[in-house]
Amino acid sequence: MKVRAQIAMVLNLDKCIGCHTCSITCKNVWTNREGVEYVWFNNVESKPGVGYPKDWENQKRWNGGWVRKKNGKIEPRMGAKWRILSKIFANPDLPEIDDFYEPYTFEYEWLEKAPELQAQPSAKPRSLITGEVMKKVEWSGNWEDDLGGEFAKRSQDYNFEGVEKEIYGQFENTFLMYLPRLCEHCLNPACLAACPSGAIYKRAEDGIVLIDQERCRGWRMCVSGCPYKKVYYNWSSGKSEKCIFCFPRIEAGQPTVCSETCVGRIRYLGVILYDADRIQEAASVEREQDLYPAQLSVFLDPDDLTVQEQARRDGVPETWIEAATRSPVYKMAIEWKVAFPLHPEYRTLPMVWYVPPLSPIQSAAEAGKMTVNDGMPDVRSLRIPLRYLANLLTAGAEEPVAAALERMLAMRAYMRAKTVEGAVDEAIAQKVGLTGAVIEEMYRYMGLAAYEDRYVIPTAHREDNEDAYVLRGSAGFAFNEGSNGTTKANLFGRRDQTPRHRYMDVST
Amino acid sequence: MEAFINQLAFGWFPYLAVTVLIVGSIFRFDKAQYTWRSQSSQFLRRRQMLIGSNLFHMGVLVLLGGHFVGLLTPINVFDAVGIAHEFKQKAALIVGGIAGIMAWVGATLLLHRRLFDARIRRSSHWTDIAVLVMLWLQLTLGIATTYWTIQHLDGREMLLFMGWANGLLTFNPDAADLIVDAALVYKLHIILGLMLFLVTPFSRLVHIWSIPLFYLVRPGYQLVRSRGKLRQPQPASLSHGPAGGAPSYGGPVVQRSQAESGQ
Repeated sequence: MKVRAQIAMVLNLDKCIGCHTCSITCKNVWTNREGVEYVWFNNVESKPGVGYPKDWENQKRWNGGWVRKKNGKIEPRMGAKWRILSKIFANPDLPEIDDFYEPYTFEYEWLEKAPELQAQPSAKPRSLITGEVMKKVEWSGNWEDDLGGEFAKRSQDYNFEGVEKEIYGQFENTFLMYLPRLCEHCLNPACLAACPSGAIYKRAEDGIVLIDQERCRGWRMCVSGCPYKKVYYNWSSGKSEKCIFCFPRIEAGQPTVCSETCVGRIRYLGVILYDADRIQEAASVEREQDLYPAQLSVFLDPDDLTVQEQARRDGVPETWIEAATRSPVYKMAIEWKVAFPLHPEYRTLPMVWYVPPLSPIQSAAEAGKMTVNDGMPDVRSLRIPLRYLANLLTAGAEEPVAAALERMLAMRAYMRAKTVEGAVDEAIAQKVGLTGAVIEEMYRYMGLAAYEDRYVIPTAHREDNEDAYVLRGSAGFAFNEGSNGTTKANLFGRRDQTPRHRYMDVST
Repeated sequence: MEAFINQLAFGWFPYLAVTVLIVGSIFRFDKAQYTWRSQSSQFLRRRQMLIGSNLFHMGVLVLLGGHFVGLLTPINVFDAVGIAHEFKQKAALIVGGIAGIMAWVGATLLLHRRLFDARIRRSSHWTDIAVLVMLWLQLTLGIATTYWTIQHLDGREMLLFMGWANGLLTFNPDAADLIVDAALVYKLHIILGLMLFLVTPFSRLVHIWSIPLFYLVRPGYQLVRSRGKLRQPQPASLSHGPAGGAPSYGGPVVQRSQAESGQ
């Protein structure tokens, strides 16, 4: 057992209102630069829809993620290392910018500067790449917002697999859910595996997956390797960029920008302890539907004293172990089993999990037809087909999703009985395998969702790794820091800024 | 005067070009590694890229390898192995000819899309266009030399160029005199080739240093970076009861959450 810690995220889709505040705040902070105008580290998709980039879930087309070979080992779907290297001159699996969208702005200036005209001046769209006027904007970052566009196109959604989708094209039967997406900071990242330069790495201390911008050579294999299409090629700098999980904020104990600004309070951040020795094994299980339970088995119980001792031995700071015992992510994903990984069949072991959304009763209008068991509606009569959610979250296994939805319905029924009728009905809790106390805790986390409960983020312990004395007088996060040179080739015989020999004994 | 120019171009310029190539590349790698990349434009326009880039790169790799082995290996080695001069010349002509045409077709496709596709043109730095034009010219000149090469298939001319390259490598001051009578097209080809060496550190061409062959021998797939430990975890801290315990001084352990809520 090798214990490592990760700050993981859960998104409660049941409460997402699709306001895109997360996307906008993220964009304003991280991707409002040339070359990444088209990039949304965080985006919110309306489902059903083909998403951003178009058809990203179709791995037959993009070859993202991993496949299990006959001998039980896994390799990137793009192929073994030599196959990936053979695509280096021109990568047939790489999306084009049009699969995302051509970034554009409007000629707002013309609205002010236009002379007197017979017709109202209009602001034409201009491409941010070529600067030319675009005749027609045909796609954008969120073209399918709130079921925009015709069903024929949206129904290309990969998650309709095994669903009789035609009836959902009818107005009466249509359904809508939002899916905010960001980098999954996987335990078994495929982008990292596909990077020929070795520029992508996972941080041992908090599990954040980053691209070393200095080492990236722009071979762009990561863009294809990532099945979530959450690594983006900056066409201006020639380097790949991705969500950095706001690591400067996380290190300081603050939630990511997307989480901090989420008005629906749907996001949760907490520590997960996992067994790094078992990642390979969990990612290689044979049946795709077993990947979700396999990933659960990699997570360690933070209250287990042997886990705690091993964690200390493996260098997990004490505050992190303590935070793990209070982790909202652990509660939702492992204790209550109401959160699920996104597309576990990609075998990347993603670490951003989702609580499936409840939806109105499909046949409520047709009174009497609704299936009700002891006052609670059957989750199979909900408007969003169970199979659709299962395709999204559990590789098609419906039982875990159904159980989670039932627990959420039970939470509502229990709390309504308690607050409206003043009756505590333990039977409701027992029917979904919980106790009244657990349901109340679920309500505290998922219903009330106080800031302190949603974000349990221990600060980074840089003092364990860095001699702060030699950092004095440096600028911290700055862009010019690298200009002093990164190699040991001292071309001008200048002394290194950081003394090779520490002249102070750090014994604190 | 002619002798001086010949000495300048083929006796001294090669040292300048190679020095700038090596020192410049090290300097750029050290000081501005962020700018060290292949700057692929495939993401902006896929058209012509798949076929053009593959043809170009594969052709150029064969050509580079052929030129280095063919020019820098002393002729005695070939004689010792038993490769006849005539055979070497013909092999170079055929392999180089095929690779040259592949690379030329590829470069033409790439140059076409770089110049005439608005997206690529607008997002290009002027050096991107300049090096591609230089490479295209260089390939054209290289293919043009085959006409003169066919005139002396016995390898006589080839021996002169090998002697020149070997002479440069061994700091022979008379190296440049060997090729003073060579056809102009060869000379232009050499000068443009050295110019390409010269501009490499200042353009996207630096990515040739970064062929990621190491990837093939990288153990496993995953990379995890951990910060070096300044302090080792102290043995005493390994067994101190459940996490989150406030200092208890012998009494019952108070969990932090309880302590915070005052219970």
